[in-house]
Amino acid sequence: MDFTFDSEQNDLREAVRGLLERAYGDGEQRRRVTGTDPGFDEKTWSRLAEMGLLGLPFAEEHGGMGAGPIEVAIVAEEIGRVLAPEPFVEAVVLAGGLVAAAGTDAQRSEVLGGIAEGTTLAAVAHAEPGTRWSPSASAVTATQDGGSWTVTGVKEPVLNGARADVLVVSAVVDGGGTALFLVRGDASGLTRTGYRTHDGGRAANVRFDGTPAELLGAGSADRTAEIERVLAEARIAYAHEAIGSMDTALRTTAEYLRTRKQFGVTLNRFQALTFRAADMYVSLELARSTALWASMVSDAGGDVIAAADRARLQTSRAGRHIGKEAIQLHGGIGVTAEYTVGHHTSRLTAIDHVLGDGDWALSRLAADVRGHETVDPLGAPYTP
Amino acid sequence: MRLQLSPELEAFREEMRTFFTTQVPQEIRDTVAARRDLTKDQYVQAMRTLNAAGLAVPHWPVEWGGRGWTPLQMHIWREEMQLACVPEPLPFNASMIGPVIAAFGNQEQKERFLPRTANIDIWWCQGFSEPDAGSDLASLRTTAVRDGDDWVVNGQKTWTTLGQHADWIFCLVRTDPTAEKKQRGISLLVFPMDTPGVTLRPIQLIDGGHEVNEVFFEDVRVPAEDLIGEENRGWDYAKFLLGNERVGIARIGASKRLLAQAKSFAEQVTAGGRPLAEDPRTADRIAELENELLALELTALRVVAHSADGKPHPASSVLKLRGSELQQDITELVVDLAGPLSLSSFADGGSEVPDWARVATPEYLNYRKVSIYGGSNEVQRTIIAGTILGL
Repeated sequence: MDFTFDSEQNDLREAVRGLLERAYGDGEQRRRVTGTDPGFDEKTWSRLAEMGLLGLPFAEEHGGMGAGPIEVAIVAEEIGRVLAPEPFVEAVVLAGGLVAAAGTDAQRSEVLGGIAEGTTLAAVAHAEPGTRWSPSASAVTATQDGGSWTVTGVKEPVLNGARADVLVVSAVVDGGGTALFLVRGDASGLTRTGYRTHDGGRAANVRFDGTPAELLGAGSADRTAEIERVLAEARIAYAHEAIGSMDTALRTTAEYLRTRKQFGVTLNRFQALTFRAADMYVSLELARSTALWASMVSDAGGDVIAAADRARLQTSRAGRHIGKEAIQLHGGIGVTAEYTVGHHTSRLTAIDHVLGDGDWALSRLAADVRGHETVDPLGAPYTP
Repeated sequence: MRLQLSPELEAFREEMRTFFTTQVPQEIRDTVAARRDLTKDQYVQAMRTLNAAGLAVPHWPVEWGGRGWTPLQMHIWREEMQLACVPEPLPFNASMIGPVIAAFGNQEQKERFLPRTANIDIWWCQGFSEPDAGSDLASLRTTAVRDGDDWVVNGQKTWTTLGQHADWIFCLVRTDPTAEKKQRGISLLVFPMDTPGVTLRPIQLIDGGHEVNEVFFEDVRVPAEDLIGEENRGWDYAKFLLGNERVGIARIGASKRLLAQAKSFAEQVTAGGRPLAEDPRTADRIAELENELLALELTALRVVAHSADGKPHPASSVLKLRGSELQQDITELVVDLAGPLSLSSFADGGSEVPDWARVATPEYLNYRKVSIYGGSNEVQRTIIAGTILGL
């Protein structure tokens, strides 16, 4: 077992960090970018594409780099470190991941190629109002007429749904299974109402009314298993984005404690505060270990779903702990928009709820707890 | 980044597992599994079995019985031992004084003590804490005054674990009361527990057991040759020793073993006509602890890989802090699973309460110690805040 990055992975990290530091090293720049639609910087998005990052996990024959979960983890952590608003996990890991998992070769080449080049922004329209964190569609349905399909119903919240060039839509088909469809941004019968999210992102209410859709893949087989797997991969990527964010929140807090003076002394003279910072460090490192392990499980072809639940639980607990304490240890400035640390808390809260929170992951793990005697991370590859 | 163990390490793990589960007497492993106190003979027999196979002191220098293993091999050795309910080599010998003598003792001391320490021909105990020197160990007041070829020791030590079994004590004493810094005037002496002037008094604990002792010294004469290392450098050796202690103290394998046992206990107790294991709150609690233990084990694997020059990684404080908290959380879970049965703690014959439920509360109470010893968890937080976060 080896937790160290190789030299190429270290180079990747340095390159991504350099690019994102230039773009968002200054928190003001992020505020400016997130203040106007589409909520991220199209130029930075293009630069990420030029570096090959937007096609990182896709096969080379589909325009990607053929990299694995470890490289995805490295990029996601750097995104989180500066709270870059570019939708890397959402567009590449999630939307691209579904196309890679379910699409035909032609669809993969077209859509994944477009994502990788930065010319196609893909968004996943899966969540539905009144449901939560299911791998299946619920009230959105798809109907086949001859060789063509239409989709009807409401998806919300759809992250980057208003800006997206193509939507990857889950819908219930005859027989009750969930199939996946591509819907173009200019399709008829498509109504998109975009809005800001609390973490500076964008989401939309997306209404389909007999909207023409292209079936993803050949045959309308149930795609629940593929969706479940891609959601798991995205949960792991989000775990790394959260680690990057927590790391910055903790470093920012430690720096504040070293410099802020009250009662004539710097705050690090108060043990009541430094002990809480120490506990934040403990939470962070335990979560980091679990996230790295989950990426290794994914890389090794192990049980990615269970590993993702474990990473989700650990990063959820840590994200809440560190996010809340980072604000409290700062005091009032922590909740102001002009200071960075509160934005980390907001982003961590968003990540915590987009694909399943800690209690949700825990209930899945608890349902399986009688199925094994111990959890053995040295087992290869991991099976519960 | 690689998940799997190499084939060589897989084979190593299998070798450890096979040895621990077949060569260490079952009756000793059953006692550990039942969480009952081991006798002195059981400790000695277990450690000699390990030592005969070269498995008692693998972290020592090779010339004194060490194996030159990687940190990951050490981790596997320790985990497999704990999972198999094998008592670990006596920490006072294997982790504390042995490595100190190997690193700082003179050749004569090494030859005289190390083989007998590895084979537990000498049972060592620790003379560090004093009534007024706990976390602030450097304020210790036991003195040693030079008189001819001897040191004459006066004072008191406390929390001396299993001192009732000990043949020798390693003892921090103040040899230079005039030193400017209190850390400077301390030396490390070793002497037999039956030296005239040494008195041991048991301390009764709230779990009903006798594990720790007070030790009193009245004009105890110790030959000058039994000072380890250099005079007035004892604080350095103490820090070295305590750093070593922290690495193995997380006891992750033992916690995994107990949590697995807790699951079987949850199958044995019914509530509302169904096994407690089916109760969602119980299952949640077990699943959360399992995940916390996984996170800790993974962190241990990360930290051991980055320990440089035999010095513990600063994040080893995380292992001690969380390891102790999880040990306590799991013993608390077991008490809660036992519920009213936990009241039968001291029942001997004539009780129909299963043994695990009777042991539950004494163990839970006993385990309050784990967040206190080895550098209290507050000391660990101080280290993390200062060394790692720069606060």
